[in-house]
Amino acid sequence: MEEAEVREQAASARPTVRGRTARHPSPKEYIRIAVVLAVITGLEVAIYYMDLPRGILIPFLFLFSGIKFTLVVLWYMHLKFDSRTYARFFMIGFAGAMTLYLVVLLTFRAFAG
Amino acid sequence: MALAGHAVESEHEATSTGLPNTKLAMWLFLASDCLLFGALISSYVLYRGASVTGPYPGEVFDIPYTSVSSFVLLASSLTMVLALASVQRGELGRARVWLLATALLGMTFVGGQVYEFTTFYRDGLTLSKNLFGTTFYVLTGFHGTHVAIGILMLLTLVAMSFVGMVTQRNSIAVELVGLYWHFVDIVWIVIFTVVYLIPTGT
Repeated sequence: MEEAEVREQAASARPTVRGRTARHPSPKEYIRIAVVLAVITGLEVAIYYMDLPRGILIPFLFLFSGIKFTLVVLWYMHLKFDSRTYARFFMIGFAGAMTLYLVVLLTFRAFAG
Repeated sequence: MALAGHAVESEHEATSTGLPNTKLAMWLFLASDCLLFGALISSYVLYRGASVTGPYPGEVFDIPYTSVSSFVLLASSLTMVLALASVQRGELGRARVWLLATALLGMTFVGGQVYEFTTFYRDGLTLSKNLFGTTFYVLTGFHGTHVAIGILMLLTLVAMSFVGMVTQRNSIAVELVGLYWHFVDIVWIVIFTVVYLIPTGT
């Protein structure tokens, strides 16, 4: 078989796809998200120094942490804009880990007292 | 929020899903890494407050210092997405600057973590001193290792860009490293809250 023919076959076996896919945010949007993340982090540290009862402090810290987590995943990792398949892949691991370890912690009464 | 973004033009091998396999693989890897960090964070939570000898978290943590480290890592996520946006627009020179900035911020974070570990060690908190020391060093050490690997990936991207292996048409390489970098960032968001900010009932 001619070398050129082999190359042609190899090329046709691995065709490439080119096209316009999901829209990604603009640099201005990225900067806005960064400002929001910085403000939330500042709030987290600020409420740490307030003399709040644990029952109030901990839910607020988890709320702020959850907002930051969601903003990064949706905007910076583009799950809001990309194919849902990526989100499903990630959620399998994330939700699986959350469920598994929550069950473990509850089983060992990690939150008691 | 304004939706004045840019459509992304990408090129990849044809696949049965229509999506690049490399990106699917990266998401699958990140999903598996959730299980790894979930185990480490759970171990820390499980043994929180169970140490029978000090030093205890409240005696060694320096929250203002760690807060600055958190801001540094958040800033690195911004520079990472700006690098991706630059390469997707074909501005390779600017992308290199943002990639190097991201690596530099990552090095600052890791350097800060080394300094923190050294300080804790001098305060008597070793890996085997108590349950807090063991779970803390293993969790934050694994995270720091991830950041260090990310820095190597970023520097490799910069080197690749000089030999034409990172281009506008091949921007997926930057996107994959970006996904890894942001994942490291979201893990730190959780660690900062669970390990540093939530009081241990002292």
